[in-house]
Amino acid sequence: MKKVVFIALALILVIGIMPFTACGGAEEEYKIGAVLGITGFNSALGEPEKQTLEMLEEAINDAGGINGKNVKIIIYDTETDSTTCFTATKRLIEQDNVLAIIGASSSGVTMAILDTVTDAEVPLVSLAASDQIIKPVEERYWIFKTPQTNSMVVARVYDYLSDQGISEVALITASDGFGALGLEELKDVASTWGMTIVADESFDPDDTDMTTQLAVIKGKNPEAVICWGTNKGSAVIADNMKDLAMEMPLVMSHGIANRDFIDLAGEAANGVIFPAGKLLVTEQLPDDDPQKDVLLAYKADFEYLYGEGNVDTFGGHAWDAFTLITDAIQSLVDEGKEVDRAGIRDKLESAELVGISGIFNMSSTDHLGLTPDCLVLVEIVDGEWTLAEE
Amino acid sequence: MLSLIRGRVKMLAIAALVVLLIIIPLQGNAYYTSVLIIIGIHAIVTVGLCLLMGYTGQVSLGQAAFYGLGAYIAAVLSKTYHLNPWLAMAVAIIATAAFAFAIGFPIFRLRGNYLAMATLGLGIIIWILFRELDWITGGQPGFLDIPTLSIGGFAFDSDLSFYYLVWGFCIAVMFISQNIVNSRIGRAMRAIRDSESASQSLGINTIMVKAKILALSAAYAALAGSLYAYYVGFIDPPPFGFLFSIRLVAMAVVGGLASIWGAIFGAATVRLLTEFLHPFGDIDTVLFGLLLMVIIILSPQGVTRGLGDIWRRLSRRLSPS
Amino acid sequence: MATWQLVQYVVTGITVGSIYAIVGLGFTIIYSVTGIINFAQGEFVMLGGMTAFSLIGLGLPIPVALMLAVVLVTLVGVVFNLTAIRPAGRASSITLIIITIGGALFIRAVAGLYWGRDAVALPPFSSGASLSFLGAYIRPQSLWVIGITLVLMVVVYLLLNRTLVGKALKAAAINRRAAALVGIDARMMSLVSFALAAATGAIGGIVIAPISYASYDMGVMLGLKGFVAAAMGGLTGVWGVFLGGLGLGLAESLAAGYISSSYKDAIALIFLFAVLLIRSRRLVAGEEAAA
Repeated sequence: MKKVVFIALALILVIGIMPFTACGGAEEEYKIGAVLGITGFNSALGEPEKQTLEMLEEAINDAGGINGKNVKIIIYDTETDSTTCFTATKRLIEQDNVLAIIGASSSGVTMAILDTVTDAEVPLVSLAASDQIIKPVEERYWIFKTPQTNSMVVARVYDYLSDQGISEVALITASDGFGALGLEELKDVASTWGMTIVADESFDPDDTDMTTQLAVIKGKNPEAVICWGTNKGSAVIADNMKDLAMEMPLVMSHGIANRDFIDLAGEAANGVIFPAGKLLVTEQLPDDDPQKDVLLAYKADFEYLYGEGNVDTFGGHAWDAFTLITDAIQSLVDEGKEVDRAGIRDKLESAELVGISGIFNMSSTDHLGLTPDCLVLVEIVDGEWTLAEE
Repeated sequence: MLSLIRGRVKMLAIAALVVLLIIIPLQGNAYYTSVLIIIGIHAIVTVGLCLLMGYTGQVSLGQAAFYGLGAYIAAVLSKTYHLNPWLAMAVAIIATAAFAFAIGFPIFRLRGNYLAMATLGLGIIIWILFRELDWITGGQPGFLDIPTLSIGGFAFDSDLSFYYLVWGFCIAVMFISQNIVNSRIGRAMRAIRDSESASQSLGINTIMVKAKILALSAAYAALAGSLYAYYVGFIDPPPFGFLFSIRLVAMAVVGGLASIWGAIFGAATVRLLTEFLHPFGDIDTVLFGLLLMVIIILSPQGVTRGLGDIWRRLSRRLSPS
Repeated sequence: MATWQLVQYVVTGITVGSIYAIVGLGFTIIYSVTGIINFAQGEFVMLGGMTAFSLIGLGLPIPVALMLAVVLVTLVGVVFNLTAIRPAGRASSITLIIITIGGALFIRAVAGLYWGRDAVALPPFSSGASLSFLGAYIRPQSLWVIGITLVLMVVVYLLLNRTLVGKALKAAAINRRAAALVGIDARMMSLVSFALAAATGAIGGIVIAPISYASYDMGVMLGLKGFVAAAMGGLTGVWGVFLGGLGLGLAESLAAGYISSSYKDAIALIFLFAVLLIRSRRLVAGEEAAA
């Protein structure tokens, strides 16, 4: 019987003190929230995003903030779980009172907060690939994103393959959200590129061995294999293809656009071709590429802090999101307008930025503002990223 | 006389809890309200698990699947087939309970660790179906734009109104469960927990009782799942996976397995640990694991029981006799 | 349906199954002695792979690094037993399970902080291309995995059945009080079982890291598969878990090859489910005898 008394008491204690821990105080800094998948399935994405945001926060404040007022980044880990991301977002909006939110790292988790930010009228800049996040644009009034969409990436892959005279492809995609969205797009537009999908296999990124799926594919004799997944699973596949003496071209997704893939797959990484942002091949870009200076600077800054060769395009998406938001605040301040959520949203919608993922030209009908030429094809040659000849 | 007083203390405590629950959200911070909604939803699932594990002694490591079934059935019926959300919810609860009841007969021929393994396997199989039947469930990318509940012209679309709805359901579930525990079937449950063969010899149809309780716990889970779907408006497979099943067991154990009202406390503790530890950034999961271990080691009967023990010792020491 | 494909599926199934069997072995050792299902078993596997990677990175010769990794992880097992399992005393088995879950979360989170979130690869034990066999291919590392699994099974079997420590472990498992009467300290036996399980787990992590890499969160999936393998095998015998692991590995591989790779885990589980239910009468009898 006492139990009930205790539960009541304990709840009073726990819940009763909650409101008092929330003290707003005067807004002496510009607060920007971020919900990132630092742990869980998306940790390969969330980690460089977090590092980038922390780096930029320090840099902008060391340079005097925005007109003397500091920028504060508040980062919560979503654990790649939509429930946790949901409450974390509520917290950023209601308790931390942020001006804008960056995140989440993956499409599924982002979807879980679209309604929340829309209802609360807070601008969100997502770091996830899916087109669905910003479409239809009338319903996604408050939502923007920085990574290239799946449709651009898939178009790039099919474009390359058809140039090579290849029309029969086998798909092997991860069973997580990243792979599922890729698969959807790959299947949807295959016919418009004249592609025939002869095999469609899936793998769990945590699986220890993918030779079975590859043996199925080998039996179908495709002209090329397309693999859609992130580092670990994709590296196992590159490795297993060598084990099975499969010689056909292997094309992968932008999910492997970081150094780890090469470290893991070793020898087997050579010859893999994938579309990615220009960041990976910065030095090889022609000097007149408008993005080259920005890319060089980000690469130098990031690698100075977090180690040589560690820069990747996921951190780049966070760079774009942070810069878009702080630029919006800056121009509001410059114009003498009040810095609020609605003001930032309006500025985001007309933003122009030479960024890491591409050159952004946002508009009221396009909340991404990138064109397909922001992607290049990269081939791994002798363990190094090389700009592929087209 | 004593029991009368005790009964009164209990009613008072529950009344205090209810009053508290009514007042809390009025502080106006929607973040707290949303956390409390999630706690209420998890508490509903946890109560079912307590009935199953604490009172009947049957382990389930797949409870998240019933939670997910409720969420998906309600979401798909109301969005894709435009069924009234309340009706969709009712169908979700009944269908999930019926499924659990049917699966109960083969599954409960197993005991102990084999039962644990079977429920674990069942949970994963259902989870894979959420993931792979993408033309129905939306697959990994998720299921978007789930309608919300409304009565007449009043929609439960604000955090505050949904809070009262969830906790109304939660309190109702608590009372129903308390009554079940005190009823004839409740005695049968405890008999099964204490000795299955003895209860069989007393003429209790043990498999039937166990299957019924599994069905009830599944119904609770489905109720909670449909509430979750209507509240967040979006579902994807990860929150209904194996790790959440484990988390639910943790909630039940922290609250005290054989304690109906403890379920609220267990759900609150586990969720609040996650929330409060957020600002610690990277080390939040480190602390979560550590605290979970410490809590269980210090009070293996659950935190509520542990606090009760301390209180009893204190009051004995303080009382003059 | 080509023969080489069937051979390939079986080869893959046996390799993967061996991995599951090694992980399951740790579950079996601890369960048979203490009655605890140790959900931190997958983390021991992870620690084995990650520690070996770090030690190799320090420049130690590979064999030394691998052995040292096993020793270090064994120590972790001992510390885990002393700090988390022993203080709980004679708590119910469900309580102990929650403790091991808390421990698993803790170990995984610390590993994530220390090693970061990226996967790492160990060099294979022997170099060279895969061997061709009836049109299928076998990697040298797969042979290592299968071979080491067999050796480990035999060693643990002999240890449990032919040595004094093994007999003491078994005695403590059968009847704690009677064992105490003849001077066997159940707490000591619990400690030994955790040490042994951590050591076998670490070996598992080391042999698979060249195939499927090591990362801080690899323990979740492997722990789950290992538990299924162990439960299939009856959770008590060494050969049971071996068969359980192989059964699971083959079921997965054949399901992926002939039915669907998206549903392979579900199909494998349904298959195991069926086995459980068919054997339920015997299993229940066994469980009651053990209780």
